[in-house]
Amino acid sequence: MLDITDLNVWFGQGRDRVDAVKAASLAVEQGESFGLVGESGSGKSTILRAITGLAPDWSGRITVDGTDLGRRRDRAFYKSVQMVFQDPYASLHPRHSVDQVLSETLHLHGLGEIDRRVAKLLDDVGLGPRFRFRYPHQLSGGQRQRVAIARALAGEPRLLLLDEPTSALDVSVQAEILNLLTDLRAERGLTYLMVSHDLPVVGHMCERLAVMKDGEIVEVMEVAALRRMEARHPYAQSLLQASVAG
Amino acid sequence: MSGMTLRQWLLTDTPTSRRHAKMASFYKGWLTLRGNTMAMFGLGILVALGLIALFAPLLAPYDWTTQNLGNRLQPLGTEGHLLGTDSLGRDILSRLIYGSRITLYIVALVALIAPVAGLLVGTVAGYVGGWVDLVLMRITDIFLAFPRLVLALAFVAALGAGIENAVLAISLTAWPPYARIARAETLTIRSSDYISAIRLQGAGPIRIITKHIWPLCISSLIVRVTLDMAGIILAAAGLGFLGLGAQPPSPEWGAMISEGRRFILDYWWVATMPGLAIFTVSLAFNLLGDGLRDVLDPKDSET
Repeated sequence: MLDITDLNVWFGQGRDRVDAVKAASLAVEQGESFGLVGESGSGKSTILRAITGLAPDWSGRITVDGTDLGRRRDRAFYKSVQMVFQDPYASLHPRHSVDQVLSETLHLHGLGEIDRRVAKLLDDVGLGPRFRFRYPHQLSGGQRQRVAIARALAGEPRLLLLDEPTSALDVSVQAEILNLLTDLRAERGLTYLMVSHDLPVVGHMCERLAVMKDGEIVEVMEVAALRRMEARHPYAQSLLQASVAG
Repeated sequence: MSGMTLRQWLLTDTPTSRRHAKMASFYKGWLTLRGNTMAMFGLGILVALGLIALFAPLLAPYDWTTQNLGNRLQPLGTEGHLLGTDSLGRDILSRLIYGSRITLYIVALVALIAPVAGLLVGTVAGYVGGWVDLVLMRITDIFLAFPRLVLALAFVAALGAGIENAVLAISLTAWPPYARIARAETLTIRSSDYISAIRLQGAGPIRIITKHIWPLCISSLIVRVTLDMAGIILAAAGLGFLGLGAQPPSPEWGAMISEGRRFILDYWWVATMPGLAIFTVSLAFNLLGDGLRDVLDPKDSET
């Protein structure tokens, strides 16, 4: 579904150049849920931004569904790949109601029957019709993230990029959102690439994961191996220890 | 909405339709504005100004052009002339009332031209970036570098005196600050997640600028326009005073001051009354602008 080979991402030019991702390679199978863990600044979110074209300077090869991605993304890409952002307080337009957000997204994907689809989407993410005409400031963090998930699902993508979708939420709400994501994946046969710094979350959601440190992928392992504490790379081991101790 | 008062219907947290949601958020803004006494005072004056302009022929006791040389320079409170008469014996109150039309005309035209031009230039420069940004902002800098009144003077001198040219000249000098504000706002908005999110839905730059960036820039521009209105009225009055704006016998307030200037020591009210009118309207715009800032600032209304 998604193949990344030798991906380098950098910001700035010349002496100011910062290499955020160095020679990263990973492959996500169709229907799989793949985790990307590492501490802050290790370049995990940057990989997602490079895939979506939001990070302009990158080299290497990114393949979605057998198609190589170039400099620009086309409509077909946006239809098959979508992203849920980390902070639901920043990812919704403050002046657009839930209805506007979803209608516009559906319209951009060229879908008809917008009225019915908006209601269906809200239903799918566990928000009733009561929330349809509210503005973001009338919603809680968890409700906002549900709207953001509904927006990402509007074009019926097959690959969903999740950028720490629960790290900005309360613990109790985190579980709700994670369960929602698990259910949606089962219902729709979605493929997830999930970024997190939280090993238990990745352990709960994913089948395989990659550990990142300083922009490099240091280890790719099965979650089953993670549960058996069988990390090979010293950094991955220390991450595991820290997670168990915590 | 059975069993619900209109107020409850407007203040609900669960709107039931697009129109309902719009009206509810509008009503909440209105409640905030109503809580601000000074802003309501300003709004009151401006509504009164609008009504006076609308019903000028009914309100004015005399025609604004009728001269009566035998009755010139009458003081305040003269029988039949509440605010006295000017050097040609025309009733000052009637001229002030008709002059409100010209003031509103200037204000409306400038408010239509300058912020729109500034918004267009600023958001495009901010969103597109690169050399487009460079070219547009250097043009803005050039216009900013000219002294306002001098540029307006040059423009009017080239095109000829008159109220339309004065408006154009003022707009020409008024748009650069709006472009600056719009660009600064766009730069902060453009890197936000909700713009990234809509880009991921395949939205093009025109849709993003007009539907996603403009609504967030417009509120700060509206505030800035209301606060600038005082300056615009004063600039129009200044051009009138210099004889380059409205031409006699037009009852434009600045031109009236200019006419009264010759007798200001002996007949102070001839220049003072239009001056007070300009002062009142400018003050009203400033008060309303302050209140609108409280209502429209999206950073505050989120919490």
